[in-house]
Amino acid sequence: MAWLQLIIKRLFYALILILAVIVLNFLLIQLAPGDPAEVIAGEMGGATEEVLASIRERYGLDKPVPVQLGLYLTSILRGDLGDSYYYNAPVSKLILRRLGPTLLLVVTAIIIALFLGTFLGVIASQRPSSFFSSFVTVFSLVGYAMPVFWTAMMFILLFAWIWPIFPVSDMRNFLLEGPWWRHVLDVAHHLVLPAVTLALIYLAQYSRLARSSMLDVLSADYVRTARAKGLKEPVIIAKHALRNALLPIITIAGLQFGGVISGAVLVETVFNWPGLGTLALDSILRRDYPILMAILLFSSIMVIVFNILTDLCYQLIDPRLKTR
Amino acid sequence: MQARKSPSKTQHKSQSKSHSQKALRIFFRNKAAVLGMILLLLVILASFVGRFFTRSIPLKSSAPFTPPGSHEKVMLGTDQVGRDILAGILYGGKTTLLVGISAATITIIIGVVVGALAGFYGGWVDEILMRITEFFQVLPTLLFAMVLVALFSPSLWTVIFAIGAVSWTSTARLARAEFLKIKHMEYVTAGRALGMQDSGLIWKAILPNALPPLIVSATLIIGVAILFEAGLSFLGLSDPNVISWGAILGGGRPYFLDAWWIVTLPGLMIFITVLSISLIGDGLNDAFNPKLRES
Repeated sequence: MAWLQLIIKRLFYALILILAVIVLNFLLIQLAPGDPAEVIAGEMGGATEEVLASIRERYGLDKPVPVQLGLYLTSILRGDLGDSYYYNAPVSKLILRRLGPTLLLVVTAIIIALFLGTFLGVIASQRPSSFFSSFVTVFSLVGYAMPVFWTAMMFILLFAWIWPIFPVSDMRNFLLEGPWWRHVLDVAHHLVLPAVTLALIYLAQYSRLARSSMLDVLSADYVRTARAKGLKEPVIIAKHALRNALLPIITIAGLQFGGVISGAVLVETVFNWPGLGTLALDSILRRDYPILMAILLFSSIMVIVFNILTDLCYQLIDPRLKTR
Repeated sequence: MQARKSPSKTQHKSQSKSHSQKALRIFFRNKAAVLGMILLLLVILASFVGRFFTRSIPLKSSAPFTPPGSHEKVMLGTDQVGRDILAGILYGGKTTLLVGISAATITIIIGVVVGALAGFYGGWVDEILMRITEFFQVLPTLLFAMVLVALFSPSLWTVIFAIGAVSWTSTARLARAEFLKIKHMEYVTAGRALGMQDSGLIWKAILPNALPPLIVSATLIIGVAILFEAGLSFLGLSDPNVISWGAILGGGRPYFLDAWWIVTLPGLMIFITVLSISLIGDGLNDAFNPKLRES
């Protein structure tokens, strides 16, 4: 029951956050210099006077601001995110087409970073003054300081020139024919470099965090007790230490999800990955603001959903919360 | 994690002076931190003084796509329109560093004010400010900054403001946590009993003691802000009339498979700068953290 209550509470809270993002979008359109109708149409979308007039009518731009906000909110909640005058198509359709590739990239990167990062950190914590442990520390500093788009380009230089085993652009080979599993393998093959690039920053941070939080936990009383009971070291690590050491990593991973999406924008741009990030950049260059606003909304929703998932994971893992 | 509280929390003024001296001594004994210091000083020197030692200026053109070392006048080669990369790096560093520092300053100011008010007053003030903080944490930082810069003309100030507007949340949380911890200490109660105003308590009594962790985070935020600026100008979202490392990278991106030097060298500078700043931040963290100091 406590679980259900928690989920309902979180969902309600998530709804308020989403409404707040929509209001923020509205305020940005209002505050931007120039005519809001032109902002909504997108300046280079070739908006004619008729288009502008229909936008003014649809969003009630001649009415007082609170009424405008009401109209804006209701149209978005109905699933109408406006039209892109560049593509001459509804924004929601364009976004949904790009959502999948971004989710694939982001989720793969997070999984790599979480698992590999924790693994490296745990190994490093076993011998805190060993060479491997210092390697993890240096690696985390280096991984953190490299601008992600630069890393991406360095990888491309490496894998385009020196060791050409991975494709360096796009998500699939459009000429490929054959059964479905060959297409899956093809996408996976294309995914390697972008996902590893994006994972690298977080892999670096998580390995360091895992190392220090394992060191913290390994000196705790309950681990000493477990050792005194004569439990084997792998059992102590897996059953007692790791579980507690994971908590700060999960907290940070949850907080950083917005950052991962931001990194994805840059990585997608360099690898020409057909996700929301490349769409966002193209839309900025074309001043196609409805798409841009919708991407901000959608990526915020992704962050909110991921935060809820993190919260649930936390409940599952934290032994103190479980006994209640 | 909660158990990690420093044993010496009842510092008085005379003690805190010797504390900071001790911290400085520990900082300068830390080889990595000193290395970071030296690297950063070199970067700063190159960015602010280096230009007086080059013969070319960044916007003057010679033959495009000259590889490094092939021409004595342009040591590090030229970019797609024939601008000298070395001159670009020397001139662009100033923009990158100044934007990074200004954006970090705005970030710290917003974060500390929000965190201090929330932690000090508690109750509904805390509730409202923390809800706002959580809201900003939901926005993907770079995307939000991209929208801000795109909607409000891409000038240096828009970029600085956008970075500040999206990155203050972690500072606010940190400042709030410190204020919550310190506000119940005896000397604050004593100050209140002596009739000190709230503003005096916040800025004169509590803030100075909350500074060590805030200084560490401020250092790291400069690094984050530099990466941010680089990312935005890489995407073409910065003042088109000002040269910066990210802008050189962004301009060279379409050609980088044929001309690696245009993107490699400015990126290396960003990397070295952010690395040196993190080394300094880590050093400060170790120096201020009493638990590590004892071990």
